[in-house]
Amino acid sequence: MTVFGYRLPGMSSLIVWGLLWEIVGQMGLTFFIPPLSEVIATLFAVIGTAAFQKALAETAYAFSAGVFFAITIGIPVGILMGKNRLLDELLLPWVNVFLSAPLTALVPVLMVLFGFGMKSIVITTTLFGIWIIILNARAGVKQINRSLVEMAHSFGASPWNAFTKIYLWAALPEILGGVRIGIIRAVKGVIIGQLLISIVGFGALFELYSANFLMAHFWAVLIVLFALAFTIAEFLAYLERRVAYYAAKR
Amino acid sequence: MPNRSLFLKILSAVILFGAWEIAGRIPVSYAFPTFLEAMGALFRMAGDGTLWTAYAETLQPLVVGVAISAVLGIAIGLWVGLSNVFDWLFSPIFIVMQAAPLAALIPLLVLAYGIGLTSKVLVVCIMAMPVIVLNTSSAVRNTPESMKEMGRAFLASELAIILKIIIPAASPVIFAGLRLGVSAGFIGAILAELKITPTGVGDIITYSRSIADYPSMYAAIFSIILLAVLFLNVLEKTETVLFKGNQRGYVSD
Amino acid sequence: MVPESAVSTRNISKNYGDVEALRNLSLEFPRGQLTSLLGPSGCGKTTLLKIIAGLLQPSSGEVEVNGHTVTGPGPDRAFVFQDFALLPWASVIRNVAFGLEMRGVAKSEREAIAERYIREVGLAGFEHAYPHELSGGMRQRVGLARALSVDAQVLLMDEPFSAVDEQTRRKFQEDLLGLVQNEKKTFIFVTHSIEEAVYVSDQIAILLPRPSRVSEIIRPSGFRDKGADNIRRDPEYLDIVDQIWASLRSYVE
Repeated sequence: MTVFGYRLPGMSSLIVWGLLWEIVGQMGLTFFIPPLSEVIATLFAVIGTAAFQKALAETAYAFSAGVFFAITIGIPVGILMGKNRLLDELLLPWVNVFLSAPLTALVPVLMVLFGFGMKSIVITTTLFGIWIIILNARAGVKQINRSLVEMAHSFGASPWNAFTKIYLWAALPEILGGVRIGIIRAVKGVIIGQLLISIVGFGALFELYSANFLMAHFWAVLIVLFALAFTIAEFLAYLERRVAYYAAKR
Repeated sequence: MPNRSLFLKILSAVILFGAWEIAGRIPVSYAFPTFLEAMGALFRMAGDGTLWTAYAETLQPLVVGVAISAVLGIAIGLWVGLSNVFDWLFSPIFIVMQAAPLAALIPLLVLAYGIGLTSKVLVVCIMAMPVIVLNTSSAVRNTPESMKEMGRAFLASELAIILKIIIPAASPVIFAGLRLGVSAGFIGAILAELKITPTGVGDIITYSRSIADYPSMYAAIFSIILLAVLFLNVLEKTETVLFKGNQRGYVSD
Repeated sequence: MVPESAVSTRNISKNYGDVEALRNLSLEFPRGQLTSLLGPSGCGKTTLLKIIAGLLQPSSGEVEVNGHTVTGPGPDRAFVFQDFALLPWASVIRNVAFGLEMRGVAKSEREAIAERYIREVGLAGFEHAYPHELSGGMRQRVGLARALSVDAQVLLMDEPFSAVDEQTRRKFQEDLLGLVQNEKKTFIFVTHSIEEAVYVSDQIAILLPRPSRVSEIIRPSGFRDKGADNIRRDPEYLDIVDQIWASLRSYVE
């Protein structure tokens, strides 16, 4: 939006919402909404505490492990599906099912199979992220221009060379797009897993704060969490834009 | 060859369920029933009616929440898409909501609204609404410029351009947003039942787990996933029938 | 002898920020004739056409159509779009009737008119087809029928044949000659094809880029009534094509 010819930056309206929050908080309408200033003050106090750092470390661990598995399994499976028709037809229906299925319902199964610990949360995170990664890697390989492949063959590229020099690069924009969405989903997965299993990470922290009506603490942690998630999403979008320049021109 | 694809679909189902059956028979875990046991429990629950009463309860917050999100989400989305001021004001909120793990809000909702239907409906809403709003607004903003120009060249009023060009042009993407919203709504509804209070299908899952009746637990989970996937597939089919020409009709092809 | 002007542009300038798209451009468009705006890409010919259409506002200068100053789109002008700008969700007849619908013509009446023009452009039998079922050439016939059906005195055509294949294009050019003869309308035709411009035009305005100005006006006279089949062999036709190429070649990278 432009005001008096000056273009307001995209996210600047969040300042307006922050001010509104502060005003509502100061009016003391409800104890659920403490003033933003109080939340921010609490935020700096909370960040230093051992409980918060433990939750953050546990979440970061579960998240990175889950994303690691989602990427290292998802991309090769997707590429194989894109190249092998039989495998594609056997797996695609299930990938589509799990892509749109309410995966929350599977968390109780993971809890009984893998216990109430880190393992279940890591698997939940992987399950949330992996399907879109597979699907996009597959789509990326499928759309590769035939003449590119034929070009590689006609210049005598070996299959391995064709794979590393052509397939991977030609499919990279789609693969990165899948990884970006997969990671955003994994953020949601890791939190849902922690909420349902609720004795580790932020899940435990949220239980503690809400049981003791520590609203400012609760909001402070939420802000940190949302800001982290948003930063990750934006950073990945930035990476994706960096390769997007040739995505449209293939 | 339609036969080949049907055959492969059945084959892949047989492979997956067969693997489940074998894994259950080994068994890989005391808490892992065979496929047939789970199906037996499913038919038993369907037969004695527990499944249907459970779904009557589960679908309540889902339907109410998705309906609210659809009406409100499309309205806000249109507004945001048409007005620069609203775009500036509201888009960031929904973009952050879309990226953020909103499930973290659940404990707060429970504190504020208790453990009743209201909280569950709100859980469904916060999960479903952002994607509906964002899809609607971007669809509105991405209406092909030449179509709007065509409207103006042929003397359409502002209102006619919105009603006869922008909204029809945006409707496939809006509908796709609704479908994604329903999908997220399912996640929210189940999350609410597992996290807030066990009711409906969530109750079957929680209760059968507590008495170690694993076949019933797996059957309930199987049924909710099946329901969600079937429903979303129906929506997707509707979409392709409804907007047959709309997706391919642009001249860029 | 040149007939009086139906459209005149006086000292049109158009700036986009610091970029000067058009500078001080004045042109006369004779009534009942076809005038081409010809030039390399980026010479602002489409910008000029959209200013005449009222879709863009000039930074300075004015456009007069039949003695009235243009302030926006009006019933005296109809536009044919390069990318057709058809509504993909509407049938051919509804697309053709769109302009009449926006003018508040009753449904039965506007469909009768639309049917007549659909027949005239050779699409009889496709009234209830959808744009995605038509070829590129047929889509542009729909766009043409839509422009004809509002019965505007001035027809503005923005590279109308550039998105159709070469054979269809030749057929269109022949049909266009017939249209200019029969319809008693003023045509303004943007193209980047020298042969096309010389083939169809009564008057060719050659535009040069950066900033755009009219470098030359050519009025082919000798071959217009020798019949559509003989034009491309006429020495005057060939001379004019060569002459235009000679003056444009230095502007082509």
